[in-house]
Amino acid sequence: MKKLEENYDVVVVGAGHAGCEAALACARLGLKTIAFTVSMDSVAMMPCNPNIGGTSKGHLVREVDALGGQMAKNIDKTFLQSRMLNGSKGPAVHSLRAQADKAMYSLEMRKTLQREENLTLRQAEVSELLISDEKVIQGVKTVSGATYHARAVILCTGTYLAARCLYGDVIEHTGPNGLKSADHLTSSLSDNGVEIYRYKTGTPARLDGKTLDYDKMTEQPGDEKIVPFSFTTDPESIRRDQVSCYLTYTNEDTHRIIRDNIDRSPLFSGVIEGTGPRYCPSIEDKVVRFADKERHQLFIEPEGEYTNEMYISGMSSSMPEEVQYAMIHTVPGLENARIVRNAYAIEYDCINANQLKLSLEFKNIDGLFAAGQFNGSSGYEEAAAQGIMAGINASMKLLGRDPVILDRSQAYIGVLIDDLVTKESHEPYRMMTSRAEYRLMLRQDNADLRLTNIGHDVGLISDERNEHVETKRRQIEEEIARVSGVNIGSREEVNALLESYGSIPISNGVSLSELIRRPELDYDKLSPIDPDRPDLSDEVREQVNINIKYQGYIDRQLKQIEKFKKVEQKKIPADIDYDDVSSLRIEARQKLSSLRPDNIGQASRISGVSPADISVLLVYLEQRYRK
Amino acid sequence: MNEFDTIAAISTPISSEGGIGVIRISGPEAIEVADKIYRGKQRLCDVPSHTVHYGHIYDDEDMIDEVMVSVFFAPKTYTREDVVEISCHGSIFLLRRVLSCVLKNGARPADPGEFTKRAFLNGRIDLSQAESVMDLISSENEMAVKNSLSHLSGAMSTKISSIREGILFETARIESALDDPEHYDLSGYSEELSKKLSEWKDVLSDLIDSADDGATIRDGISTLILGRPNVGKSSLFNLLVNKEAAIVTSIPGTTRDVVEEKISFGDFSLRLMDTAGIRHTEDTVEKIGVKKALSLIDDASLIIYVVDGSEALDDDDHDIMERIRDKNVIVLLNKSDLTQVVSEDDIRGFFDGNLSEKSIISFSSKDMLGISSLKDEISRLFFKGEVENSDRLYITNERQKFELINALGSVKRVNESIASGLPEDFYTVDLMDAYSALGSIIGESISDDLVDEIFSKFCMGK
Repeated sequence: MKKLEENYDVVVVGAGHAGCEAALACARLGLKTIAFTVSMDSVAMMPCNPNIGGTSKGHLVREVDALGGQMAKNIDKTFLQSRMLNGSKGPAVHSLRAQADKAMYSLEMRKTLQREENLTLRQAEVSELLISDEKVIQGVKTVSGATYHARAVILCTGTYLAARCLYGDVIEHTGPNGLKSADHLTSSLSDNGVEIYRYKTGTPARLDGKTLDYDKMTEQPGDEKIVPFSFTTDPESIRRDQVSCYLTYTNEDTHRIIRDNIDRSPLFSGVIEGTGPRYCPSIEDKVVRFADKERHQLFIEPEGEYTNEMYISGMSSSMPEEVQYAMIHTVPGLENARIVRNAYAIEYDCINANQLKLSLEFKNIDGLFAAGQFNGSSGYEEAAAQGIMAGINASMKLLGRDPVILDRSQAYIGVLIDDLVTKESHEPYRMMTSRAEYRLMLRQDNADLRLTNIGHDVGLISDERNEHVETKRRQIEEEIARVSGVNIGSREEVNALLESYGSIPISNGVSLSELIRRPELDYDKLSPIDPDRPDLSDEVREQVNINIKYQGYIDRQLKQIEKFKKVEQKKIPADIDYDDVSSLRIEARQKLSSLRPDNIGQASRISGVSPADISVLLVYLEQRYRK
Repeated sequence: MNEFDTIAAISTPISSEGGIGVIRISGPEAIEVADKIYRGKQRLCDVPSHTVHYGHIYDDEDMIDEVMVSVFFAPKTYTREDVVEISCHGSIFLLRRVLSCVLKNGARPADPGEFTKRAFLNGRIDLSQAESVMDLISSENEMAVKNSLSHLSGAMSTKISSIREGILFETARIESALDDPEHYDLSGYSEELSKKLSEWKDVLSDLIDSADDGATIRDGISTLILGRPNVGKSSLFNLLVNKEAAIVTSIPGTTRDVVEEKISFGDFSLRLMDTAGIRHTEDTVEKIGVKKALSLIDDASLIIYVVDGSEALDDDDHDIMERIRDKNVIVLLNKSDLTQVVSEDDIRGFFDGNLSEKSIISFSSKDMLGISSLKDEISRLFFKGEVENSDRLYITNERQKFELINALGSVKRVNESIASGLPEDFYTVDLMDAYSALGSIIGESISDDLVDEIFSKFCMGK
């Protein structure tokens, strides 16, 4: 009997945070796209923490937005609480985080996908990749035997591949939240020579909100001033009553219960084979590894308006459920808590992302792309960031255009992807601001200035939006130029203003820039003594202030970036034979042969490749070029 | 990756006397750097290309040397970059001071083979030479690494490592708080950090001062003569000091048990230490001498282990060999003029393959046999046999100093950031610069140290 057969330009496997961005990007660029999900109810599902953003992750969300992605817009519509973290620190580490209404987030994203003209959302499990003998992707097959032909396939399988969930001695062969796992695709990948890793992560229990005593915990309200995630969202449009989170702590009793039962955790009994992340340890990990800590923080966070489930941030675990109960009941405010969902650990198959190019296409399988947790990352935002890039690059390929590669000086997305495909990793990868060498330039406040024009070139950003950003850029430049020419004399009103901010009065004239650089002052505070100041928007004034205030460090970083770019632009030909470069040390030769870096800069970041090896490589390339 | 820096080095062979030499600067800022220290009729940026100018080199207000400066604008130069060559007329000491000055003003010390590499990369050198350029780079680098590590004294490397650990920990602490602000608080932290900074500043300044003395160079390769009593150590010492080599300085303050002399031996210098004979003893005074001798093993770059070839090895010999097994060792089978009962194989067996073919030398201090083999072997161990025109020790020292100064500069900038009220995330920029500068001295790169430190020392996450 003839099975179902359909034709598409792009197949996206998975509709989590990576899959949604990938599918939307392809469809919006005019390609006929189909996205598969194991359940229509799990589109853009948040199986762990109920928030979007946070340190460095908030940066990613803004970058996705500037490129024309959906995550920022979606959370702006569905958040319960918003906070700007690190407000007292430098602008490079200000990070936006919003508590999400999980159900609404998922529904809103599903609606967006379904309304997209060229996009089909389909519930089915993809079981096989169709790859030609020439190693070119042809499409996919589903468990029902249906064939979907496509010129590009993007794998965004998240934590579903051969997943199993564990707590105590209970093992369930499901994906997150009891959803069906995808059990067939791994073997299809292995058959095609893809190297598979097995990773592990975990999630805490969800509690019944009405059984908690909030008086015993510290309320954590949202910020008064709500900053939207998307550069296109009008702040006025998203004012709403915010929902609070609550802070409480574990104590010695909690830790004793954990220690007494440690052998019952599959993490410690050896049942769990996968590698877990160090940055997101389970509570049993924390108690064992940081034995001298008397207490650990727990944040109690709402999961949404239509559920009273509360998430216990800080207490991810794989203990048996009776032990989970016992330890939860030792915590102030949670003494009588009832569990709605157990905490569990989850193991899943993912790949060694070193097999990918910087475009997120497999080096050895033409037209096959990958994004998200499948690439060994963790986090919704990391997934979305890779998703949009994989979507863009699959589209660029089908449209006969060059891939879009963001480098480490352009975006956190560039850092994320470069780290994933270049460095050795043995745990789920999480973004951190300290991973970005050029952190000061990669701020969440300037993501639009950095990336909107790239999104526009790609075709995901409208002319109007791009023009808006260009106008902003012009205004910023003009105002910085104007300010640097303004001198302030030591007049009475000037010194009165300075004193009102506890700033030392001036006796001679100084430049306005110099005053802005004083820690207790800023651009806005000095407006009374700067009468010629034009009327500028909040966001322009913020940029002017940052650029003047931190000019010394910004200039230094710009110089470093200039050097970095020069090295990054030295491409390595794809057909280079490293065995031909006899002066390379053996270790370097092996690493280079297996990773096949795109350029000299990327080569220099491979562990085991020394500066001398890079020098040798440069000489070799020059020799080759001259021949 | 510093392919586009301005680099400098002494580009002529340096003989120990005479001292006429050329310092070459190449790169985009070559002229600018030279102009900062040169005073003559014209600024060098204003002179025509390929011209020579008379003038003086100044270190701030101190006149260092009378020089001729040749200016070559790109592209018709050796490296196809802007090149300045400073011909110094003073002593070798002044030549080095001029180089220090150049490095202080924006150039960095050239890596081994780097001028040639640039010449090639910029199309100046013939294609046929590419292979040899690559070989040069890889072999010279290997040697540079080896050199820099073997000449880093134990004390210096311990100090550097400990500052690095401290810097990494403090950086991780700040980064943890930035990454997980609801978990780690930085209030009051900058005062705490200031204390650490001033400690590090003191240590780094001391290290720079000692590098300024050229201690490593002047002192030479620290060489310990070890052996049982009466195997001929002192005869060897005297032979080296009095007959073969010129005494450069006598180092005072050595204990009665360790005699120390600085000798210039061939084209390199040794800091030669004669020690008390090692043996198990109950005599209190002798015990102190033995203990002192053994304590010097760790810091010595080279150990000359003297064995009396005419007497069988005993427990004391075994004890000594056990202690020096992992060091640079040359074994002298002394008294080769007498009947030999110890064979090379006896010793080689004990060192378990850690001793190279040539490192056992038959020697007779009585007949002065073996001196040239000893010289050759030291030269092989430290200079791969290329002693002629080798100023590598000096270059190593200059690089270390350069990075120490960089590290100190970065530490000072953290202080300035604190003083000017910048937020904590700015501190880590400079802290990590200091960390990587110090790392390059002890041959370690950064890679993922910081992330590892954050996860191992700080409890993170949801």
